[in-house]
Amino acid sequence: MAKKIHKETDIVFHIRRYNPELDSKPLWKKYTVHVEPGMTVLDGLHQIRETQDASLSLRYSCRMGVCGSCGMLLNGRPSLACNTQILDITTKVLTVASLPNFDIIKDLVPDLTPLFEKHISTSPHIVRNDADEMLNPTGEFYQTPEELTRYLQFTYCIKCGLCMSACPTLATDPEYIGSQALPQAYRYNVDTRDDGFNLRKKIVGSTHGVFRCHYAGECSNVCPKGVDPARAIQLMKRELVLDYLKLKKHRAKSHICSKPEGVERIPEIPEAPPFTVEQK
Amino acid sequence: MRETKYWTWHMFAGVIILILLGIHMITMHLSTLLGWFNPAGGDAIGWDNLLARATLFIYAVVYIVLLGAALYHGLYGFRTILFELGLKKGAQKFINILFIAAGICLFAFGTWAATKFYIIAQGA
Repeated sequence: MAKKIHKETDIVFHIRRYNPELDSKPLWKKYTVHVEPGMTVLDGLHQIRETQDASLSLRYSCRMGVCGSCGMLLNGRPSLACNTQILDITTKVLTVASLPNFDIIKDLVPDLTPLFEKHISTSPHIVRNDADEMLNPTGEFYQTPEELTRYLQFTYCIKCGLCMSACPTLATDPEYIGSQALPQAYRYNVDTRDDGFNLRKKIVGSTHGVFRCHYAGECSNVCPKGVDPARAIQLMKRELVLDYLKLKKHRAKSHICSKPEGVERIPEIPEAPPFTVEQK
Repeated sequence: MRETKYWTWHMFAGVIILILLGIHMITMHLSTLLGWFNPAGGDAIGWDNLLARATLFIYAVVYIVLLGAALYHGLYGFRTILFELGLKKGAQKFINILFIAAGICLFAFGTWAATKFYIIAQGA
């Protein structure tokens, strides 16, 4: 790795440009950016747009590594442009390209539609058998801190798509459900409030499901939120195999904590606002 | 669930191969130390030792089980590689049928050979 420098310098950005409506293939363009310590790649791209080429397209929103919009390939590694400082990864040249394994909408904007479609296909929400309780809740579902810990790290996913762009399996099999959606399915499967295992196993155990994963581990390597998708996929394989062998342990379900009785509401705490949608 | 079933048996086949290949390695390469299945001693591929092993029923069973496990494990792995090439549903179905047919044929031929070898050894 290049030695990190701590002073102002000029960095050459090699940016892969591509407009599917006009270009037959992507082409590389060079821009020189005056970089100060602390500048992120997103800052550098903004500077290019403001001072050199306003036609450069990129997607961003929060600028603090939360929204997952600005995922791109920086010096060959899928990264978030907003939380990668330029001088941390280069001293001279920085290559910037759209995320691999996704179609390009324009320049640095990948089409994340497959990510969201695959995500939705795994029912990434609490699925319960007791419809009455869901419609007319009598209390909250109790969950211990230990039960929360089993899935907590997987809730940190921001759906930036970096894991999927780093996945060698997805590179050859576009239908592979992938390292974003599969860990999210696991996240809900191990949630003690959830009853959706039988619903999800048909999807995650399909031809393009968890068993296509080679455990290359690149998804975990590039995740900007420290999630370990590769681990979730391996744990999901174990769950499916144990279920097939009828050895899956029966998990204690969250019980409902009834509403407190005999207590008065603290006046400073406001009532919940009325429903915005008519209740059936 | 079909893929879960295939994967589970793939894992089982892997464990069986590990155990049986371990026995094979010990028999062939640690003969002078342990003498497993080499009653005549000395070289593991000497005629006396070979004949002694061939007359053992358990060894014929081991051959057949190892053949089945290796065929299943190998063909499943090959199928996985082919599926990652982004094949269409029809091609996937064709590969499934082809591999099942090839697996059964090879297993039948190998079983016949192992059984025949055992029977011949009994008369030797």
